[in-house]
Amino acid sequence: MATVIIPTPLRKFTNNTARLEIEADTIAKTVSALTVNFPDLKKHLLDDRGQIRSFVNIFVGNDDIRNLEQEDTFVAPDAIISIVPAIAGGAIVNVAVTGCLLPVTRT
Amino acid sequence: MSNQITFSKEELARYNRHIIIPEFGLAAQQKLKAAKVLVVGSGGLGSPVLLYLAAAGIGTIGIVDFDVVDDSNLQRQVLFGVNEIGKPKVEAAKQRLQVLNPHIEFVLYNTQLTSQNALDIIKDYDVVADGTDNFPTRYLVNDACVLLGKPNVYASIFQFEGQVSVFNYRHANGELGPNYRDLYPTPPPPGLVPSCAEGGVLGVLPGIIGSLQALEVIKVVTGVGEPLVGRFYIFDALSFESRTFNISRRDDNPLNGKNPTITTLIDYEQFCGVKAVETPVKEITVKELYELQVKGEPFQLIDVREPYEYEIVNIGAELIPLAAVAEHAGDISKDKPVIVHCKMGGRSAKAIRELEEKFGFTNLYNLKGGILAYIDEVKPELTKY
Repeated sequence: MATVIIPTPLRKFTNNTARLEIEADTIAKTVSALTVNFPDLKKHLLDDRGQIRSFVNIFVGNDDIRNLEQEDTFVAPDAIISIVPAIAGGAIVNVAVTGCLLPVTRT
Repeated sequence: MSNQITFSKEELARYNRHIIIPEFGLAAQQKLKAAKVLVVGSGGLGSPVLLYLAAAGIGTIGIVDFDVVDDSNLQRQVLFGVNEIGKPKVEAAKQRLQVLNPHIEFVLYNTQLTSQNALDIIKDYDVVADGTDNFPTRYLVNDACVLLGKPNVYASIFQFEGQVSVFNYRHANGELGPNYRDLYPTPPPPGLVPSCAEGGVLGVLPGIIGSLQALEVIKVVTGVGEPLVGRFYIFDALSFESRTFNISRRDDNPLNGKNPTITTLIDYEQFCGVKAVETPVKEITVKELYELQVKGEPFQLIDVREPYEYEIVNIGAELIPLAAVAEHAGDISKDKPVIVHCKMGGRSAKAIRELEEKFGFTNLYNLKGGILAYIDEVKPELTKY
């Protein structure tokens, strides 16, 4: 089974589990299995159209899936998959006052 | 040009441990002295970056920061001590760094980097080190560096994780490396950025990651070693694991892909969605709240922070954490003023909007500045966090 490494900001949605073993042979199936097992992860990984958000990078081994076959990238049984969201620092962002959801497009 | 760079006897003694490394030598030390490096942000990352760059002998260091030193900085911003609290960070930084190395020059920018001033500030430097703490400035620094053709040594931290890469670096063969927009084309929407209840950073982490950032600046300046170009390093302090991924340029990068659409700096707050207009909520100041309390007028006070925050300090409000306000709507009065507060006013505004939209409340008031403002202006004896 492939190993998925969950970044610390998302571990609160995976019962604080850092590494998950997932039985899947593509990235799409891996992400789907993750969001089925941990529904709260979904909005952090996928946009409204079900596509991987553009501020979340997924690497298989050392390589970005965008340079492979995107969501169709093959996942070997011994693969290590890393989910790496954008982080900007420890600034306090006053979400409620300043923000609403941006339309997120993955290009 | 760096051959014309000479050193005094004191400088030669200071830099001796650099000069005697065979792969480094006097030539690399001359390049450091000839270099002009701009450090954006003199906080958690900027502190170690500045300390090491100053110690290493970078000839001219520019520092951009608009902030003043606050006691909540001292857990990680090792440039500063209690004596500097309240002072502009750039001035406090220079004071500390000039003692560390009197042979180098500093240029201070006690201002926020903006789309209006970024190109003008950055154009005079050879290398930029981005140690900022928010997405709009990350994209601003990136775009300005790409537009000006400057290498951008990037580092970022959050809670227990750190990231490092060298962006927009042109190899000797003319090949250009990727930039931040190749790695992350768009920022997270503000709704998914952690709020004040779940942000934070382990104090030692910027020390580790900022030191790596300083290392990459020195490599870029001197040409010694292989800078972290086309590679993206991440460090997880909890598991003590680090990984280095391969990254590359994207054809659809709006700055320098196949069809560039960004040719000048844009409005980065708008780009990152932090400027979006939201329905205003009614507000009450902490002074007005205090008057109501003194007069004993009827009102309900609700605190929407998390229980752990309530334990640190509270002002006697009923605790209904933000995530639970909808299910506790029945506990909230509709026939007297209800004042809602959190730490600074963000979450309470969100709670009020949710209650107004879903349950038609018209009697809700947001405490401006939250409990922090209340402590500042009404009860300074309470604990701030």
